Amino acid sequence: MLKALVIDPGKCTGCKQCELACSYVKEGEFNPAKSRIRVFDFHQDARFVPYTCTQCAEAWCQQACPVNAITTNEWGVKEVHDSLCVGCKVCTIACPFGTVNYNASTGKVIKCDECGGDPACAKACPTDAITYTDIEQAGFDKMRHWAAQTDAGSRAGH
Amino acid sequence: MHHVILGTGPAGVIAADTLRKQDANAKITLIGGEEEPPYSRMAIPYLLSGQIDEEGTYLRQDKGHYETHDIDVMHARADGVDSKNKTLVLEDGKEISYDRLLIATGASPIRPPVEGLDLPGVHTCWTLADAREILDRALKGDDVVLMGAGFIGSIILEALVSRGVKLTVVEMGDRMVPRMMDETAGAMLQRWCEHKGVNVLTGTQIREINRGKNRLDVELSTGKSIPAKLVVVAAGVAPNIGFLEGSGIKTGQGVTVNGFLSTSATDVYAAGDVAQGKDISTGEFSVLAIQPVAADHGRIAALNMAGHETPHEGSLNMNVLDTIGLVSSSFGAWEGVKGGDNTRMCDEDGYRYLRLEFDGDRLAGAQAVGLTDHIGIARGLIQTGLKLGRWKDILMKSPERLAEAYVATAQGISTV
Repeated sequence: MLKALVIDPGKCTGCKQCELACSYVKEGEFNPAKSRIRVFDFHQDARFVPYTCTQCAEAWCQQACPVNAITTNEWGVKEVHDSLCVGCKVCTIACPFGTVNYNASTGKVIKCDECGGDPACAKACPTDAITYTDIEQAGFDKMRHWAAQTDAGSRAGH
Repeated sequence: MHHVILGTGPAGVIAADTLRKQDANAKITLIGGEEEPPYSRMAIPYLLSGQIDEEGTYLRQDKGHYETHDIDVMHARADGVDSKNKTLVLEDGKEISYDRLLIATGASPIRPPVEGLDLPGVHTCWTLADAREILDRALKGDDVVLMGAGFIGSIILEALVSRGVKLTVVEMGDRMVPRMMDETAGAMLQRWCEHKGVNVLTGTQIREINRGKNRLDVELSTGKSIPAKLVVVAAGVAPNIGFLEGSGIKTGQGVTVNGFLSTSATDVYAAGDVAQGKDISTGEFSVLAIQPVAADHGRIAALNMAGHETPHEGSLNMNVLDTIGLVSSSFGAWEGVKGGDNTRMCDEDGYRYLRLEFDGDRLAGAQAVGLTDHIGIARGLIQTGLKLGRWKDILMKSPERLAEAYVATAQGISTV
């Protein structure tokens, strides 16, 4: 069964435990700047929006990588292979969602890989704003719709 | 069905892979002009800096990729296309017939008319063969002169610095990366590079290069002469269209294509650095010689070749550059559009700069120096033409809130 990270901003309280959990699991340090998930604060509206990669079917980051360093695993997740990534950063400008970021301390790019099927952010979220759910139940359509608009051509169906 | 792809850069290789996905039985021939496995020119700077070996530049990293997918890779150079008889003519006289042809021959470095560019010790930095020469010649402490501080020159700059050479960069424009960034950003990059020990001469031309005693003498327009063991030429590139002369296939700046990446000849398509495809910012057809465009072109051309009519809506010009640790990027109409507003955030001491250009309440272009977080959002906003509404006013005051503006707009958060 294909699972995905499902984000319900309405449930987010802005505690940012997801950012800490992510950076700790992926980088071994509590450093939101190196988290693959980011919570945006909209104080005036009292809204918080956790934000990360939606693992596009035909991913721009993957297509744009000149050295084949981004591959799709069996769950459809786009993974960056550090041994191949040269740090050219083309994927960071190609991703229209801005969810591939450059990590200057390693000279490589980082993105969400759903922690190999056990995402730390979802486990750390105390309010179920981030869950790891069967993809059929996920509110993915909205994100996919936006993804389609960004396409240089028509990606749907192929 | 026989698909012939001319060119083994990213456009050609992505097209071959896409064609195979679409049609398990088609014959696919991928023809490269260099005696190398398909590789990425973009990876060459990282080969020079020692981060990767030659294999690390290969476009496909899985072992036996082309055999596994039954893609015939051959090395040959094209001499012409007989589009009436659907035949490709090679330089060795051989002919290959095709049902569909993709021209993805890329570009080659321009050699400006400067005396001495043919001397030993003067090299372009474009092919793996060039890279091997530079690896041999650019050693620690050597005097090296780099001609050109455009986008490609600036990428090579970093690789040369990492090799520990004593580097002088000569750029005829008034600033570094003049076709990628504005005066403020260009000056910031120059100041940064100078601070890192690189001698950057803008507004300066190389008049001629002479053979001196155990060295080259590079004569500048300022009257000065500088010694060099190696001169690297990065004076721009031009599409490889010469072999199409007399073929009847229309060319302009590059190969002329329509909105489906089809050329003026039936069943002949073009993609990547050689194709004059649609630019989404201007609505015009021009060559955008960048990796993401090659990737988009390759995929869309292949879909059309396989019979799935797929429009190419247009590409966005964008670049990202790392000059010795200072990362800069630019997107779309970074110089602005007629009647549009713009806003800037500039921190000279911190080497941070952000300039946004609007068309009404839509983002039309962006430039960033020293800011990399979520920067791809600039592409998303420009390419989708998302109306920013009141977030435009917020951005006019605080351009650094770009990522927030996108997330809020996409999520329908108004912010009063």
